[in-house]
Amino acid sequence: MADLAIQSKTTPVPSRGVEAWSQLKVNRNWLGFWFMLPAMAFLILFLAYPLGLGIWLSFTDTRIGRIGQFIGIENYDWLRDDSIFWLSVFNTLLYTSIASAIKFAIGLYLALLLNENIPFKAIVRAMVLIPFIVPTVLSALAFWWIFDAQFSIISWSLKHLGLITQNINFLGDPNWARFSVIFANIWRGIPFVAITLLAGLQTVQPSLYEAATIDGATRWQLFRHITYPLLTPIIAVVMTFSVLFTFTDFQLIWAMTRGGPVNATHLMATLSYQRAIIGGSLGEGAAISSAMIPFLLAAIMVSWFGLQRRKWQHGEAND
Amino acid sequence: MNEFNLNRRRLLQGGAATAALLTGEPLFNFAKAWAQTAPFKPEQGAKLTVMRWKRFVESEDKAFNEIVAAFQAATSTEMNVFSESFEDIQPKASVAANTGAGMDLVWGLHTLPQLFPDKVIYMNDVADYLGKKYGGWTDAAAKTVKLGDNWLGIPIDTGGNYINYRKSAVDKVGFKEIPKDFPGFLELCKALQKNNTPAGFALGHATGDANTWLHWALWGHGAYTVDQDDKVIINSPETEKALDYVKALSATFIPGVTSWNDSSNNKAFLAGELYLTGNGISIYVAAKDDPTKQDLAADIYHALWPVGPVGKPSELQTVNPMLAFKFTKYPNAAKAFITFLLEKEQFDKWLLASRGYLTQTLNAYENSPVWTADPKNAVFALASKRTLPASGIGHPGEKAAQAIADFIVVDMFANYCSGQADAKTAMANAERQLKRIYRT
Repeated sequence: MADLAIQSKTTPVPSRGVEAWSQLKVNRNWLGFWFMLPAMAFLILFLAYPLGLGIWLSFTDTRIGRIGQFIGIENYDWLRDDSIFWLSVFNTLLYTSIASAIKFAIGLYLALLLNENIPFKAIVRAMVLIPFIVPTVLSALAFWWIFDAQFSIISWSLKHLGLITQNINFLGDPNWARFSVIFANIWRGIPFVAITLLAGLQTVQPSLYEAATIDGATRWQLFRHITYPLLTPIIAVVMTFSVLFTFTDFQLIWAMTRGGPVNATHLMATLSYQRAIIGGSLGEGAAISSAMIPFLLAAIMVSWFGLQRRKWQHGEAND
Repeated sequence: MNEFNLNRRRLLQGGAATAALLTGEPLFNFAKAWAQTAPFKPEQGAKLTVMRWKRFVESEDKAFNEIVAAFQAATSTEMNVFSESFEDIQPKASVAANTGAGMDLVWGLHTLPQLFPDKVIYMNDVADYLGKKYGGWTDAAAKTVKLGDNWLGIPIDTGGNYINYRKSAVDKVGFKEIPKDFPGFLELCKALQKNNTPAGFALGHATGDANTWLHWALWGHGAYTVDQDDKVIINSPETEKALDYVKALSATFIPGVTSWNDSSNNKAFLAGELYLTGNGISIYVAAKDDPTKQDLAADIYHALWPVGPVGKPSELQTVNPMLAFKFTKYPNAAKAFITFLLEKEQFDKWLLASRGYLTQTLNAYENSPVWTADPKNAVFALASKRTLPASGIGHPGEKAAQAIADFIVVDMFANYCSGQADAKTAMANAERQLKRIYRT
């Protein structure tokens, strides 16, 4: 692509090619452009192109292995009245908001805890990462057993303690199923939040705490007026990623419930896969995926504009 | 991906001697003799790549590979077999069909060849030859792969799914056998529940198990998703009756069936918590192979699905067709391989090694030794005879396959049985989705 561009420019007026070449030596912006080109090509090829293709597919009736016709917004029109699609949107929002909020709360708490001087600090920090390291499908299978209708360890324990008489229908009852998959997602997601926030905590200068302590600040005040403001930029980044990952989650759900019972845990990602790959309607699946874009953009915007604000970067009073 | 390359390489090096060693003399000798008189002669230097679904039983895979090895040695066709999981077969085959490259042969599921009828070799001569020699094809198998008068592939086998039950439990509640009609079957399940030895069928997104028994109940009441002309007719009084029947039945089930996937009933049954379910022969085979579960294995029996008000069997069993792509350079080798696979000398052994997982689609194999090797296998011999094509009475093809992949029938029943929707709403939802799939 780059070669083509330069050729078309150089062939008609050869002298301009020489000019462009000599410009490299003097014009730093021109040089910078060429340094950026490989990265741009990379981004276009691997990010923009698939995204564009996905959006294009959503306007066609493409099936696996067959080129489709352009059908305008028919796919979206159909989804607008599709109760299963709207259920998946609801599930996705519920899943993302609850899981992200809890992951943030527990992650922050863990980060603060790990930032203290505790015995075996290094080992404990490493252990916190375990849920993150285990392959998702493996942990999903483990949770699938933990929440099994017949063999759940939780039901078994509660039964033996005499607290319940019947197994809890973890993955069979819509609300329990939602709870179970959210729980599994939280378990997996906490380490990412905790470790990243911990890294942020370590950049806070101890002298600030010392000064505040001399001024007689309580521990809560230390957190509220020093730790929290200095941590906000990192929090914004971490939570953006966390929300994006949760929103687009697929493996956990697919391994645990396949979207069941009666679609109560279908996320947009799983529904898209079911319709596009298993069912073969690539166009419709692409439409469901594309419908995720506005939500994801909104999540990114929140953190983007948040990061622009000086307040978030340098503490509240420094507006 | 299970590569078969190791075997292939060894064979290429060792040639006939190794093949004989691997497959045993008789199979190889037959292969050589067969190659002399075979109706289809592989091209010189032919090479075939075969994609198949991942095995369920090791012995079946082994027997298949032995047949492949014997074919390779006898015809000097270079064979390369690889397996993919069930769900990946269709997308991969579709891509191969579209791009005109990849494997030559695919052993897939359901109506696979109907997805790209103009990309496959017509197998009319193969079907003719085998059909004449082995007592004809079963109805459902032929319908599944035929487009008009043309065979888009050859139905290799059917995967049977039948009632698995614990005889002791059924005896105890006063039934000598599994009732042959719907009301009787409901009574049995009620009695089993009362006796604390419950039945259970998957109501979750279990591709195999849930679709099988719910289509059985639907079709058994004379209700279908679409009619002969692919007009959507799910919203009918018959469907409503099926919904009510399944709801009554599901009230007797072990708790948790709405979360079940294809392996859940196997686990619960083998653990002794479930006493009646619908499944392939895998539960029984697993019990037989486990030295600690011999008592259980002795207590497991199989039965045919009861016949509903419609008055004839209404089962849904998976047909597994094999197809060859038009772009293959060796169409005769492909035809020869399929023919060789289904000849008695191979197929009987292969069936035996598959231990009841595979059922023939050629009528003559109803007397194959596998069905008498263990009397408890016998029920599965009828799978291909008693099933309807996956499309019911409609046209087999991608629309029917998509309706099954999208769990439309399963969700309709699950919606009603779990009390999330009344019958009218559940049917209307299914109707709406089906109309979208069957839109013209």
